[in-house]
Amino acid sequence: MAILCDANTKLLVQGMGRMGRFHAGLSIEYGTQVVGGVAPGKGGQVLDDIPVFDTVRQAVAETGANASVIFVPPPGAADAIVEAADAGLALAACITEGIPTLDMARAKAVLRGSPLRLVGPNCPGVVTPEQCRIGIMPAAITRPGPVGVVSRSGTLTYEAVDQLSRLGIGQSTCLGIGGDPIIGTTFTDALALFEADPETLAVVMIGEIGGSAEEEAAEFVESEMSKPVAAFIAGQNAPPGKRMGHAGAIIAGGKGRASDKVAALEAAGVAVAHSPASIAETLAEHAPALLG
Amino acid sequence: MNVHEYQAKALLREFGVAVPGGELATTPQEAHAAAARLDAPVVVVKAQVHAGGRGKAGGIKLAKSAEEARDAAEQILGMTLRTKQTGESGKLVRKVYVEAGSEIARELYLAIVLDRAQEKFAIIASTEGGMEIEEVAEESPERIVTVPIDPNHGLQDHQVRQVAFGLGLDASQREQLQGFVAGLFRLFLEKDASLVEINPLVVTAGGDLFALDAKLNFDDNALFRHPDIAALHDPDEEDPRELEAKQIDLAYVGLDGNIGCMVNGAGLAMATLDMIDVCGGSPANFLDAGGGADKEKVKEAFKIILRDPEVKAILVNIFGGIVRCDLIAEGVVAAAGELGLEVPLVVRLQGTNAAEGRKILAESGLDITAAETLAEAGERAVAAARGEA
Repeated sequence: MAILCDANTKLLVQGMGRMGRFHAGLSIEYGTQVVGGVAPGKGGQVLDDIPVFDTVRQAVAETGANASVIFVPPPGAADAIVEAADAGLALAACITEGIPTLDMARAKAVLRGSPLRLVGPNCPGVVTPEQCRIGIMPAAITRPGPVGVVSRSGTLTYEAVDQLSRLGIGQSTCLGIGGDPIIGTTFTDALALFEADPETLAVVMIGEIGGSAEEEAAEFVESEMSKPVAAFIAGQNAPPGKRMGHAGAIIAGGKGRASDKVAALEAAGVAVAHSPASIAETLAEHAPALLG
Repeated sequence: MNVHEYQAKALLREFGVAVPGGELATTPQEAHAAAARLDAPVVVVKAQVHAGGRGKAGGIKLAKSAEEARDAAEQILGMTLRTKQTGESGKLVRKVYVEAGSEIARELYLAIVLDRAQEKFAIIASTEGGMEIEEVAEESPERIVTVPIDPNHGLQDHQVRQVAFGLGLDASQREQLQGFVAGLFRLFLEKDASLVEINPLVVTAGGDLFALDAKLNFDDNALFRHPDIAALHDPDEEDPRELEAKQIDLAYVGLDGNIGCMVNGAGLAMATLDMIDVCGGSPANFLDAGGGADKEKVKEAFKIILRDPEVKAILVNIFGGIVRCDLIAEGVVAAAGELGLEVPLVVRLQGTNAAEGRKILAESGLDITAAETLAEAGERAVAAARGEA
């Protein structure tokens, strides 16, 4: 089962540049069905054995694709997201970093009336271990199992997944939801998907400073979740008013502090790791059944 | 990206938003000439730095003649302004804005922002002009009017009316506010602003509205399509190390500890600072070296880290996903060798080809402490900074 993607997912790659082609190759190696690429003006070509189409609609009609990964550069990325929605895809993960916030605000408003689920932008993508790799994650560090992982960060996701795998705890699906102020799938959305997935028994969520998505997730955990959740919030010592790498990682006007997020999550019954080195241990203590 | 008040007001003028007459001056003589040209009974001389709280810190002075304006500029120019927002180190004042004074009947607050939680734009207004909106939100939230704007429908007249009635404006002022907010909203959209804040929005004794102070913030990710806005960037207002790092595509934030950090990925970089803190140490900086950290990038990163004289140790923390740890290790060894690194170096490599990477570090002949887990990395870096390694 897992969430978002599995062995049956048929993936398109929007943006067949260096990065798109490189990661399409790694996804194919991992066993993902990459059925086509989209690059306006390159329709009809075959790049690295992948048929290329001019439009997403055409690619869907000819390949039966149901998901896409977007590597389109920032000026055209929001348009690529809406194109994926217009073509009727069920899932798109947008890897692109640096999309103007205004473009995303408009795209997100369009998506509200569409069946497309967007992951990202500015995210590493989605991996369902041994089934499907969408994006840029090093899938080799994952192993199949019962824990859902959701994170705003890329490399910190790898850190958490690695910690879990070393304790012998596998993952149902790992997804990075992205470090931008406006993103497609929020923590709350991801938690709802994991809650509904029979193969996911527990969840690790990794938040960071900025915005209030973690506080909203805490409310959801308290009222809707039956499965144990462990968390870590990065940036506990970040100075206010400074953007910490991610466009969305900023404490502004006294809002978005790590301490507030930790307090909200703990009040909702989430086990919060106070050291980034003990994310997996914190989950294992909170949900001892995972260790068998 | 932030801009100065004088730049913000020029933009407001361009978008038809009412602002008082004013001119920029960089010398007392220029301030004198500007005040003479403005020909107002009172002028205000305002320090131009990227920080709020200028008035309390002595960066804003009233003058009743051109001579007084010159004297005020004399005092303000060259001073180091310390406000709540600048911190202890303060900011050197290089420019003043000389502006016509006005008779103020009411001070209000008006802003257009991106509301992250609602994923919409919002107009925020308050009757408590001159105060920080966060303070008003804390003390008297009932004095704040918030009106959401759908990004794809744009600003509607009734939304401005809602704000106007919330502020208790009369019929003529409500009419003025329509044009005022329309101009601000057009500026917000056309220039990809992330914040347009008018504080205070003033109602004069004669019943006219205008922007007495203005703060504009622009989306860095959209600067590629606004060369005119990008050109307003003032490098004097930034930490020179942050500026240098930005030029080579590294995200750097200076902090006040003594352990320099180089990490790949923003989330892991923040977590590394947290790890150092958990281990009882204190980080000197945040530095996200991004995905492709090769030798040149490592070298440049080390140079920037070492420019901080407080740095007593460096921690490199890499989780190799697509990036191969052996290549990073080669980069670290080459950079450390070429720079003749004198502070202790702790390197944690994990992920793709980590074992090969650690082997390269061990065989380099350089004094590099290797670490395998995040906890080890934190402990060893803290020990090294204390001179215990």
